[in-house]
Amino acid sequence: MGIRKLISEDGLRIDGRRLDEIRPIRFKIGVLKNADGSAYVEWGKTKILVGVYGPREAHPKHLAVPDRCIVQARYHMAPFSVEERKSPAPSRREIELSKVIREALEPAIFVEMFPRTTIDIFAEVLQADGSTRCATISAASLALADAGIPMRDLVSSIAVAKVEDQIVLDVKDEEDKHGSADMPIAIMPSKNVITLIQMDGMLTYEEFKKAFELAKKGCMEVYKKQRETLESYFKEIKVGLENV
Amino acid sequence: MSNIVPSIKKRHIMALAESGKRIDGRGLTDMRKLEIRTNVLDKAEGSATVKLGDTYVIAGIKFEIGDPFPDIPNEGVISVNAEFLPLASPTFESGPPDERAIELARIVDRAFRGAKMINTQRLCIIPGKKVWIVWVDIFILDHCGNLIDASALASLCALMTTKMPRTEVIENEVKVLNEYVPLPISNLPITITLAKIGDKLFVDPSLDEEEVMDCRISVAFVEKNGQEHICAMQKGGPGILTPEELMRAVEIAKVKSQELRKIVLSGGE
Repeated sequence: MGIRKLISEDGLRIDGRRLDEIRPIRFKIGVLKNADGSAYVEWGKTKILVGVYGPREAHPKHLAVPDRCIVQARYHMAPFSVEERKSPAPSRREIELSKVIREALEPAIFVEMFPRTTIDIFAEVLQADGSTRCATISAASLALADAGIPMRDLVSSIAVAKVEDQIVLDVKDEEDKHGSADMPIAIMPSKNVITLIQMDGMLTYEEFKKAFELAKKGCMEVYKKQRETLESYFKEIKVGLENV
Repeated sequence: MSNIVPSIKKRHIMALAESGKRIDGRGLTDMRKLEIRTNVLDKAEGSATVKLGDTYVIAGIKFEIGDPFPDIPNEGVISVNAEFLPLASPTFESGPPDERAIELARIVDRAFRGAKMINTQRLCIIPGKKVWIVWVDIFILDHCGNLIDASALASLCALMTTKMPRTEVIENEVKVLNEYVPLPISNLPITITLAKIGDKLFVDPSLDEEEVMDCRISVAFVEKNGQEHICAMQKGGPGILTPEELMRAVEIAKVKSQELRKIVLSGGE
């Protein structure tokens, strides 16, 4: 562990943020031509591209389920997304994250509307600076909306961490590496339900409750940005149509 | 079609739960009968079997001398792997670990790591050059529900009884001696998994309950400085949890993990 402190005397973090401040987040919708839905997110220095295909025929066919669509997700990190080149083969971490990302998004989708089909979500991490699973989930729910897939709500996600005995919002790479606990969560904000929670490190019950409340607040901020992005994107389309 | 049986079963399980009962006669927060046996193998440096109801898991520990990670040059490495053997369930196939096995191993690993259960600095042989790698291999032998808790427990008990080979370093050459010391274990993280079905939480879900659950939540607790700390958490499955359900799950897991830790410390009775 470095000697450099992650939180300064006046309560600022290494990138100058307050403890409960999120990084600048910019979503973009409809960035790919071929995908049925797509979104791109810049979340601090984290950059992720998500494409959604479907509902479409499931391949191989035995995967199909008679009364609903299946949801498949692939979270993948580009070899150049991190300091030291990562092998492009899926790691155990990527396989686990693909599973929890799928399970975080699936509750939002009306899967019973598309029997025997699949919805495929592909996420490429182009640059990783912490919170990549949260950024992926948040961007993927916009890509699903862009694909016109009926959803109960958007899914908004953020990570909280314990760094030098303080609970901080929206974890950056160094804070994750040297922090003493990390807890990503995802919620459906207007339903107030949790679709993802993971935790590692050590927290007392009180710290956990505090961290959870802070994470919920962070998710609401992400939700606001997601909605703003959606609204301005569809306004542009509407204006475009009126000019036809 | 394939969902008719589970949906009838689900209704039955939910109806019983209204009066606090379960199909196998347990209460909602009761665990199944637990049987732990340690040192069941001679060739492994540590081993344990856990029977949780009919779920049957074995964990074996092996040591290997290897290179440290560059960012922690003076610490040994713990590596947890899980194999869902095809003999354990008609739904398991041979082949490399799938996402279920990988998730399970990583949840077990995360609880140990979060709790700083093993003093990895004491696994260092030559600083910056040679360290012990402790391989924890979990084999699922019979899948009857709640593999996470059974695997975490089997791994923990195997590590608790593990003997670490002593080494001698002569001119940068490592010599493994025929003498052993206990593994430097500082605390005992215990994982408790609850299934959510409807609005009820079921501790230690059976296979029937897992088949119809909306999702599950696993919470690991460890005692440090006389206080319980959460050291790992994971939601699994495509369902949702309300914040109240999450808090309730954490509170139940806290109580159950303390009970289970007492059982482990008393030798598995």
